Amino acid sequence: MWLIPDPVVRFFHRMASPPHFYAFTERLMPWLTAVFVLLLGCGLYGGLILAPPDYQQGDSYRIIYIHVPAAWMSLFIYVVMAVTGAIGLIWRIKLAEIVMISSASIGAGFTFIALVTGSLWGKPMWGAWWVWDARLTSELILLFLYLGVIGLYGAIDDKRMASRAVAILALVGVVNIPIIHYSVEWWNTLHQGPTVTKLDKPSIHVTMLVPLLLMALAFKVYYLIAMIQHARVELLQRERNSQWVKNIAAGSAK
Amino acid sequence: MKTARKQRLILIALMVIGAGVATAFALKSFNENLMYFFPPSDVAAGKAPKDALFRLGGMVVKGSVERPDKSMLVRFKLTDFKQEVTVEYTGILPDLFREGQGIVAHGKLNPQGVFVAEEVLAKHDENYMPPEVAGSLQKPDKPTTGRQL
Repeated sequence: MWLIPDPVVRFFHRMASPPHFYAFTERLMPWLTAVFVLLLGCGLYGGLILAPPDYQQGDSYRIIYIHVPAAWMSLFIYVVMAVTGAIGLIWRIKLAEIVMISSASIGAGFTFIALVTGSLWGKPMWGAWWVWDARLTSELILLFLYLGVIGLYGAIDDKRMASRAVAILALVGVVNIPIIHYSVEWWNTLHQGPTVTKLDKPSIHVTMLVPLLLMALAFKVYYLIAMIQHARVELLQRERNSQWVKNIAAGSAK
Repeated sequence: MKTARKQRLILIALMVIGAGVATAFALKSFNENLMYFFPPSDVAAGKAPKDALFRLGGMVVKGSVERPDKSMLVRFKLTDFKQEVTVEYTGILPDLFREGQGIVAHGKLNPQGVFVAEEVLAKHDENYMPPEVAGSLQKPDKPTTGRQL
């Protein structure tokens, strides 16, 4: 642990304590909400009004301001789930398990949005709602992985046991993440190749790129908000017999 | 790190690596089946199926689109800048179909070596720009990479 500065270590140690996490996130929430609304407003205004239409697709390309950030989030959240799952398995940190399971339904939601918006765009542009190419198929598998995680967690009554089972499922499924990302390069697909992460030359005009990145940030902050709210509820349920939860309940009953 | 934690860490690392290696082998053996379409070179080399439906992907050759008898029949050439294949299709083409655009056609070869398509899908490339920028760019006849196909 000599690589990480002391204050950071202390911050994570404190955050792993449920009462501290609960109190800290309560204070954090208004700030996160403000940042989210600001980013979303700027992103949507930039994407839907300021950005010019595309030279080939006209205005239909604007669905990327939802589709691409949602698809990025679907991969990002899965990686978060796998990492927190591993932390939960190795160090048995309760809060890591809670972050993992709180992420699952949000990730499933983003995956679903990415699939649906892609489909809506695909019909007029490609000429098909759905094709079984490598990118679309692997993203659909990701949705099933998320649903599997949610289902498995719900099926086991002992939540600490359930968390371990889910963590193993999440860790095995993590092999799908590079497959989704590189599918458009490894195989011939109907889905186009990467635009933003391609480093050699810019494939998207800067007036279109800036709102896209703002939307991506807005989605990240939204994920934080939704995940924290979910985690707080999960935490209260799991710790309902502990003294700090009883104190909060007594305080709010007054 | 305590021994028990270290053991769990190693176990999990092995599990993830094992799953990764297994998947890599599986994908490698299914590589052909995961290809969504064949490029024209494969058709010329005889790698594409002879009597079965398959997908052919490529760039529509500029100036090759013709409608021979004023019906819904369209004839055009697809290229991957190495080989060309003539395609015939009867029906409505998608919005993004145009010369110089990548498309994927589903159909089969007839005895004359013409690809008779039942379905034509447009493949969008990864470039986004405003019309005035696209107009001012001197568009090269040959794209720099084949991936846009």
